[in-house]
Amino acid sequence: MSNHIEYEPVIGLEVHIQLSTVSKIFCGCRARFGSEANAQVCPVCLGLPGALPVLNRKAVDYAARLALATGCEINPRSVFARKNYFYPDLPKGYQISQFEQPFCENGMITVETASGGKRPVRIRRIHLEEDAGKSMHQEAYVGDDESLVDLNRCGVPLLELVTEPDLTAPEEAAAFLAYLRQLVRYLEICDGNMEEGSLRCDANISVRVRGTFGLGTKTELKNMNSFRHVERALAFEYERQCALLTAGQAVQQETLLWDANRNIATPMRSKEFAHDYRYFPEPDLLPVEIETNWIEAQRRDLPELPQAKKVRYQEAFFLPAYDAAVLTEDADVAHYYEQVADRVDDKKLASNWVMGEVLRACKERGEGVTDLKMTPALLADLLGMLTRSEINSGMAKQIFEQVLQTGKSPHDLVAEGGLSQIDDHDSLQSVIQTVLQAQQKDVSAYLQGNEKVLGFLMGLVMKATSGRANPRTVTSLLREELAQLKNRL
Amino acid sequence: MSVTLAEVERIAALAKLSFSDEEKAQFTEQFNQILAYVDKLDELDLSAVAPTSHVLAGPPLLRDDEYRPSLTPDEALANAPRRNKNLFSVPKVIGG
Repeated sequence: MSNHIEYEPVIGLEVHIQLSTVSKIFCGCRARFGSEANAQVCPVCLGLPGALPVLNRKAVDYAARLALATGCEINPRSVFARKNYFYPDLPKGYQISQFEQPFCENGMITVETASGGKRPVRIRRIHLEEDAGKSMHQEAYVGDDESLVDLNRCGVPLLELVTEPDLTAPEEAAAFLAYLRQLVRYLEICDGNMEEGSLRCDANISVRVRGTFGLGTKTELKNMNSFRHVERALAFEYERQCALLTAGQAVQQETLLWDANRNIATPMRSKEFAHDYRYFPEPDLLPVEIETNWIEAQRRDLPELPQAKKVRYQEAFFLPAYDAAVLTEDADVAHYYEQVADRVDDKKLASNWVMGEVLRACKERGEGVTDLKMTPALLADLLGMLTRSEINSGMAKQIFEQVLQTGKSPHDLVAEGGLSQIDDHDSLQSVIQTVLQAQQKDVSAYLQGNEKVLGFLMGLVMKATSGRANPRTVTSLLREELAQLKNRL
Repeated sequence: MSVTLAEVERIAALAKLSFSDEEKAQFTEQFNQILAYVDKLDELDLSAVAPTSHVLAGPPLLRDDEYRPSLTPDEALANAPRRNKNLFSVPKVIGG
């Protein structure tokens, strides 16, 4: 489209990351999702008079993990502030957040784009804050003259991460979010579940003439609850702004709500004084003070991050980039793979089985890798038997299924199940002779020098033995048998 | 430093409070008296002093991430003017 040649989008993101602590950020109520309405509230998160907040240590630990993983500078002193506004899901009339002195600043996340490029995205800041409650307007049980409020989510800890406007395409925004989701799951600070609201994203976007450096008037997009919606909403808004400018009109600075059903973004009813939050330091909470020694200890405890792991898999295990990306997508899968790879010599074989059979089994059974009865140790045993040709790959797949069902060891299953490999020359020879008799045409082709026929004959023998014949023995017996036929000519 | 009547009206609007003209005039005068008192600080050179947001020193007391029992929904809703099932019922809010 001609718009795309003339204008480029400039995109920044604001992501709310719900921390997976057991309790809330300033009180001891549970922070679970999906409990009975208003059953996880207390005087602190209800904003009852006289209640005082006390900061959850783990929320600070989690903030530090993300700060270090994104290369941010942790401020030695950060200050909680009250962000004042009225909304029914905010019982105190203010949200405890951080404003002038956030937890950390000036980080960087490098996103790998689909085309294989790398896009460095600067992180302006990450700060700690509390979540608000949940309002219901549309549900069937809501009366015509009311909205309903569940305050269970009030006070659940959040990190708000703000990027600089460094993204230059809707797909890059989606790639950024996918990486951030992977990162917070690796760090074990958030479950990354967008449907349950564990990751929420607002985006701002403006367009400028391609190749220039100024910033145009931006709009803010809200209400996108999946990566795909973020990408679609940004693509929609990019087109809309391009069309306005092409028609000689100006973009209005406004907030738009994404409507996923209609695939359009519509202006939010503008709120008077919407941005006058009158921040001031929260008098009930002392500033968070962070010591350098503590930061260094946290840095040492940081797990290997997904991008580094991906590179290591390619260098240490000689895996293709594709395998490395699939295996490191999820921290649990990566851990599973490493436990298998530790026990087998053929790292690529281990990769094939984890990417293939293991991930398929997880998908089919709706289980995580850690739930499978096929543990990494059992898979390594199975692959060992396969590598030593004690079983062939068809049998290995059958045994794999049986281990999934029973959790029994592959050795035991082979011993008790009559699945073991046929390696006995006499019985294989008779199978081979039967096959050769039936395929005289192919046999004579082979005898006239067409070596390719061997593979076909081999397949027939394997089929005749239900895949249980030792392929190596079959090959050598087949060659012997055919050589004898040749000698007889 | 001082505030005008218009600023007082804006602050009142942000706080969702409404006042008579006499009250607004009175608040403007009272706010300005307080600000004049704060202006006394200008007599000192405080350029090297960080603003004091808290009078207590030292790091905050942190709590371990453990949960304890919450109120029951009935207790939580005891002071609500209106409820629907276990939810707070509020005048209808349109849009986000």
